[in-house]
Amino acid sequence: MQKTITLSMGNGGIENQELIEKIIFRHIKNEFLERAEDATFLSELKNPAFTTDSFTITPLFFKGGDIGKLAVAGACNDLSMMGAKPKFLSLSFIIEEGFSVRDFEKIVRSIKKELDINEAKVVTGDTKVVPKESCDGVYINISAIGERIKEFSQKNIEVGDVVLISGDIARHGASIFASREGIELENEITSDCKSLWPIVDRLIREDVKIKACRDATRGGVAAVVNEWAKAKDLCFEIEESKVKVSDEVRGICEILGFEPFILANEGTFVAAVDKNDSQKALEILKEFNENASVIGIVTDEYPQKVLLKSEWGTRRFLDMPSGEILPRIC
Amino acid sequence: MVLKDLYDRFRDPKAIKALSKEIEKEAEKLDKTINIMEVCGGHTHTIMKYGLLQLMPKNINFIHGPGCPVCIMPKERIDHAYILAMREDVILCTLGDMIKVPGSKGSLQDARSKGADVRFVYSPLDVLKIAKENPDKKVIFFAIGFETTTPMTAALLENAIKQNIKNILFHINHVTVPEVMKELIDSRDEHVDSYNNQIDAFLGPSHVSVIAGSKIYEQFPSKYNRPVVVSGFEPVDVMEGVLMMVKQFVEGRCEVEIQYRRSVSKEGNLKAQELIEKYFEKRELFKWRGLGNIPKSAWKLKDEFGEFDAEKIYELPKEEIEDHKLCICGDILRGIAKPTECQVFGTACTPQKPLGSCMVSSEGACAAYYKYGNLL
Repeated sequence: MQKTITLSMGNGGIENQELIEKIIFRHIKNEFLERAEDATFLSELKNPAFTTDSFTITPLFFKGGDIGKLAVAGACNDLSMMGAKPKFLSLSFIIEEGFSVRDFEKIVRSIKKELDINEAKVVTGDTKVVPKESCDGVYINISAIGERIKEFSQKNIEVGDVVLISGDIARHGASIFASREGIELENEITSDCKSLWPIVDRLIREDVKIKACRDATRGGVAAVVNEWAKAKDLCFEIEESKVKVSDEVRGICEILGFEPFILANEGTFVAAVDKNDSQKALEILKEFNENASVIGIVTDEYPQKVLLKSEWGTRRFLDMPSGEILPRIC
Repeated sequence: MVLKDLYDRFRDPKAIKALSKEIEKEAEKLDKTINIMEVCGGHTHTIMKYGLLQLMPKNINFIHGPGCPVCIMPKERIDHAYILAMREDVILCTLGDMIKVPGSKGSLQDARSKGADVRFVYSPLDVLKIAKENPDKKVIFFAIGFETTTPMTAALLENAIKQNIKNILFHINHVTVPEVMKELIDSRDEHVDSYNNQIDAFLGPSHVSVIAGSKIYEQFPSKYNRPVVVSGFEPVDVMEGVLMMVKQFVEGRCEVEIQYRRSVSKEGNLKAQELIEKYFEKRELFKWRGLGNIPKSAWKLKDEFGEFDAEKIYELPKEEIEDHKLCICGDILRGIAKPTECQVFGTACTPQKPLGSCMVSSEGACAAYYKYGNLL
């Protein structure tokens, strides 16, 4: 097999077959893909949930993951956050001519690893190769179908609910930004990129009364709570000191002038939980990440706004991020 | 030392609370309200972000000053940047926020979406690399900022000359702090009194003073009877600066004091000052958005470096462009009005679509009020 991806590998002919057989099927093969037909008949699903996402990240490989892991985790997390178990995925690649086959295989291998964590299967796929410089390495699109176990939704949120976060924030955004700007740190920041289904599964099994969950991807925690506040015409009161930020991430934010609240996460989520269940939820979250914490409550004081409370007793709004912050990070 | 040591103790909740109590105790001894102008947008940002207004006694009032280089940039000069950027043979480089601010033709971001090559750099010296990599292009550095960034632009020019890089040009918009402070004190409407400035004292900028030294403020106590406390940018710095200021009034002193001793000296960074003097000279007049023309308040390249001066090389429009007629930024900068008193604040004028200078950058007073709210 050649060392780099060629245009002929996307032409549907022999070279295309070779790429699929030798690289993709080597890692990802199952009864659905083996049929090798134009579409796949799926086994019966009760209450399916459906989502799609495209992934275009620079750099393709970062500390804590790569575009493959990011894509599977990202698509599956969208299902998990609604209370749906990820089941079936489509997997489409757009690859730049000249891309290294070895790097491509690394990406496929991470995809496989992440599929296993979610106990999900790729059931259909596509590979296209585009001329050099008409895309940046590899783009991935994944659509995913899940099965509803519970239905989490922002519509369930009400006054008195408790807001939790599943870990320290802004790792993914800070790590990508540091590597793009060539900022070298003594302790490199690891992205938080990970699949959230195992955590959600635990919360559901322990019967925690979750109202809504959302992974704080683009726009960070600020975007999640602001969107909820606007959708429900309620106020989210967040205690700044309860939201953990690692020293390295804080350092990047200081250098570049960002607020950690607006930087992206790829494996950290915000949950609104019935107040009677907040301790139980926290204990479970802490099993997965010791930086999980209760960060605030839902009130009606300033509808559609997020209030940030400081440790010295002052309050301010935490606004929705806007404008250009980090181009193309997820 | 880790980075954290640089800021952690200056954000210590206990220290902030203690200083707040002390300010309150001292302020009780005052017989009038004192209006402190924080000249620099960095301070405005700190005051709003950390909610420090909520910790101030009633008789301490803040006036948010003009120290935001992006906010004070007049539209006609942003148009220069836009026109230059749209040239096919040009790569236009500038710093951060500048890219978002609209002139009359649009912002640099808009120019970029129309195909212009606009890049934002973290350090002016990054321009050297861009120029070397693009020998067939003119790389124009749209230079903005106060005394803080001026030496870096001078260093870029010095390096371009030393390395014989011919394709770097400059559009200089560097402005200076003391001249605008003077203008704010001096300016008045001769026919009415309600437009007189309200400034009793100045909180001096941090980074500007690191370069220029606290000596540049000495004229304010001696000639204008306005004390100056040069303060750092962290919340504990600002609180301590305010406390020092209140004590001056209580004790009947009027002088320049430095709170930000860890970085500021009286003389400042002499090497940086030499670098500025070597390449730049003062303009007779420079228009500040919201404030109008201020004498000797900005730098330009000396004539002998004319071959690097984009303003000399390219034909650029000279007409002035007025701000929106409902905009009261000038009054806000003079301390006569608060952002929330403006009838377009938060409605027709928002950070996404700014009409006036104070809304354009996150360091502007209106943008800070809009973003963080003013929850007293």
